[in-house]
Amino acid sequence: MTKFIVNGREVDLDIDPDTPLLWALRDELRLTGTKFGCGIAQCGACTVMLDGMPRRSCVTPISMVEGSEVTTIEGMEGPEIAAVQSAWEAIDVPQCGWCQSGQIMSATALLQQVASPSDEDINNAMAGNVCRCATYVRIRQAIHDAAKTLEG
Amino acid sequence: MTKLTLALATGLIAAAPVFAQDSLSGPDAFADISDEAERSAAMFTEMGKVLTHPRCVNCHPVGDTPTQGDDMQAHSPPLVRGDADFGAPGMTCNTCHGPQNVALTSGQGSIPGHEPWMIAPVSMGWNGKSLNEICTQIKDPARNGDRDLEAIYEHMATDGLVGWAWDPGEGRTPAPGTQDVLGQLTRAWIDTGAVCPS
Repeated sequence: MTKFIVNGREVDLDIDPDTPLLWALRDELRLTGTKFGCGIAQCGACTVMLDGMPRRSCVTPISMVEGSEVTTIEGMEGPEIAAVQSAWEAIDVPQCGWCQSGQIMSATALLQQVASPSDEDINNAMAGNVCRCATYVRIRQAIHDAAKTLEG
Repeated sequence: MTKLTLALATGLIAAAPVFAQDSLSGPDAFADISDEAERSAAMFTEMGKVLTHPRCVNCHPVGDTPTQGDDMQAHSPPLVRGDADFGAPGMTCNTCHGPQNVALTSGQGSIPGHEPWMIAPVSMGWNGKSLNEICTQIKDPARNGDRDLEAIYEHMATDGLVGWAWDPGEGRTPAPGTQDVLGQLTRAWIDTGAVCPS
């Protein structure tokens, strides 16, 4: 049995402890907002928050999250995610949308740590989130827009 | 998607080359060098097989970005060291690296891990340096984390992240020898004057 908290709810999974967290979230808990992209921590589509920090769930065995708090895109709350969501909608950031859950998680994590990120901050934080539609220009703009919203 | 996955996987688990220096001799192998200073320098040169191995140098970069793999490619995804040698806000080392190596679900290769997992500070950058430069650097408290020689021995002989070099997970060649032999060499190098090879 592996016990951890997902989006504020305690879960207790009786599956192989080597099971990737991404598999557990999608197949066991039906939280399908987190996406499978590459399975080797190269694309960022599977990003979740683990104890408040971004984490690629495809390379995270559930044994590693025992007793930890996992937050998926479905459970995100707070001013940063609200600002990011609004900014994303305002300029229609997504194209196909597959990577966007991970992009939004990384962008939110960046804004939680750097209130007014520079282009370089954005490059460094988002370098691990690949977008096959190349929406990078809009992602950058939306992060700047979200930062301005948060400044009030 | 499959093509993307295969392409990325190929880059991550590129076939490991066989290193010419895949063994590590202990201090006894140098007993016939009568001159103590020469013996000391020779033992550091032997230690250099480990110190210049990709398992060590990949995370002892001279610049701000680590390398990866036996062929020491640029780290993928691109990563900067950041203020704490732990990546940038929003993408730190532990975004991908956990407390242990994790086998990839593709069945080939693994993502390396250890607690802690971080980049060596700028002052401890070795990549591309000569053994003499690395040796001088290792002995300099201003560039070795304020360690005396005894602390250097402890680091080589017992540090867990150093030890990871011999248990690097599938897809990466371990450092030559064992951490125990590296510790013996370091002990003997110090006891013979910690002489740097020219």
